[in-house]
Amino acid sequence: MGKYWNESMECATLDEMRALQSFRLQKTVKRVYANVPYYRDMMDKAGVKPEDIRSVDDLHLLPFTCKQDLRDTYPYGLFAAPMEDVVRLHASSGTTGKQIVVGYTRKDLDMWSDCVARALTAAGATKSDFMHVSYGYGLFTGGLGLHDGATKVGMTTIPVSSGNTKRQITILKDFGSTFICCTPSYALYLAETMKEMGISKSDIKLKAGIFGAEAWTEQMRKEIEDKLGCKAMDIYGLTEITGPGVAFECECQDGMHINEDNFIPEIIDPDTGEVLPEGTEGELVFTCINKEAFPILRYRTKDICVLERSKCKCGRTLIKMRKPRGRTDDMLIIRGVNVFPSQIESVLLSLGDTSPYYQIVVDRKNNTDTFEIQVELAEHMLSDTIKTIEDMEAKITEAVHSTLGIQAKIRLVEPKSLPRSEGKAVRVIDRRKLVD
Amino acid sequence: MTVKQLSVFVENRPGRLSAITKLLGDANINIRAMSIADTKDFGILRLIVDDAEKALKVLKDEGCSVTITNVLVLRITDRPGSLAQAMNALYKDNISVEYMYAAFINTESNTACLVLRVDDNDKATVALYDSGYKLLSQNELG
Repeated sequence: MGKYWNESMECATLDEMRALQSFRLQKTVKRVYANVPYYRDMMDKAGVKPEDIRSVDDLHLLPFTCKQDLRDTYPYGLFAAPMEDVVRLHASSGTTGKQIVVGYTRKDLDMWSDCVARALTAAGATKSDFMHVSYGYGLFTGGLGLHDGATKVGMTTIPVSSGNTKRQITILKDFGSTFICCTPSYALYLAETMKEMGISKSDIKLKAGIFGAEAWTEQMRKEIEDKLGCKAMDIYGLTEITGPGVAFECECQDGMHINEDNFIPEIIDPDTGEVLPEGTEGELVFTCINKEAFPILRYRTKDICVLERSKCKCGRTLIKMRKPRGRTDDMLIIRGVNVFPSQIESVLLSLGDTSPYYQIVVDRKNNTDTFEIQVELAEHMLSDTIKTIEDMEAKITEAVHSTLGIQAKIRLVEPKSLPRSEGKAVRVIDRRKLVD
Repeated sequence: MTVKQLSVFVENRPGRLSAITKLLGDANINIRAMSIADTKDFGILRLIVDDAEKALKVLKDEGCSVTITNVLVLRITDRPGSLAQAMNALYKDNISVEYMYAAFINTESNTACLVLRVDDNDKATVALYDSGYKLLSQNELG
């Protein structure tokens, strides 16, 4: 087993890569134009015909796709393959709780697991290794995505899924896992719990961890590496494109290589939509050129980052992306879960008897995100007994949890104590420092 | 016979009690009984004052969250066992006490006054009167 999983793709020359991208792009555009009325309408409106797309240089002619398009066509409106060929669905939540759904054919799953296998191989994994998968299994792409990639490499794959931290540690130790995948904050939580259980890093055999699904810093990387005694590698992906494995870190740990033979990246000006040159910061856009069921065109990720094409010491020629530095919308990623302030607003309004004034305070303590929602007490919520007010807090907590799938601390505050503003209300205070 | 109690929502942060009590003092309102029920993040300040309406206005004008509850102010003899007797008078009529606290009022040197929040004011009033207890009215709080 070499150091690359798919050397011909990972180390292709620029000319080879562009030729392949151009070929696959043309094929994809023809396919969606023929099979997906929504894309056909979009392209007709933009005055673009499939024949106009002759190479990657013509990519900018295509219209953008954004999250709203996925919602408008929910559930299957953007699928480009017949449902009888779709063998898997995944979903992710969106604002106001409306989820989006994506599909995969057998070939799509094969492509995806190939991307993940590249990431695992780049982290040093071989078929002699054990992979402890502690991402959640289910509609979320993390669990099954890493599972399929690890299985493809031939690793002994352990589908632990999320939760029950002490049991996770027992399994990690007893089964002798050499690789783990989870969110970086969970990795640190595992380290803390190990300490409480009196288990040291020498009791486990971890060589590397594949951490993604949330933003993390170089400082967190050092802490994870120190506490778990393993390499901490970053992986990037999003459900709309395929899931984890869109981009991955190599041993240089200096930017993530994008699997650009499958996903063409662009950086655009988020305001004008204009394509920006490599090395400029802007919004990351992806076009899937090697998918059958869900080949999304020019999808605006809302992630702000920089692309760099330089020779990497690892030998890979795949273009690199820097860690996303922020987002163009108000979406927060808290403990790996996407949270839109509007979701919280609709939960509060749905309860009917709460005040519409709230503020979200996100912070990071002991490397875990804290998530507090401050809600102003409305006149009629007040009571002379603590129990009534605590019942109200519990009711809000429960409603938020069932909508977002994540626990928030509800804190009732005095009326008119939250800052008012003339224009757009300041709903979010994010105290997490993610820039080193 | 009931008395108006003000319940004020107070966040646990420095200076809140100071600000609220100063408001009342500046308006020349006398506090006759008080208690604080506290949790980690907030407390409820319960007050019996000589002029409930005025206090309510003063606090609301300052943006405080205030609610009014009707409670009983019970006078008992200041000696061992008399509170137990009063509680028994309520217990035998199956009335439950949600909370109670001591008042600063002393109408006579050998009496003590308590603020009582019960599940049924009318039943409690009858039960206490039948056992010979005195309940204070709003205008006895000055």
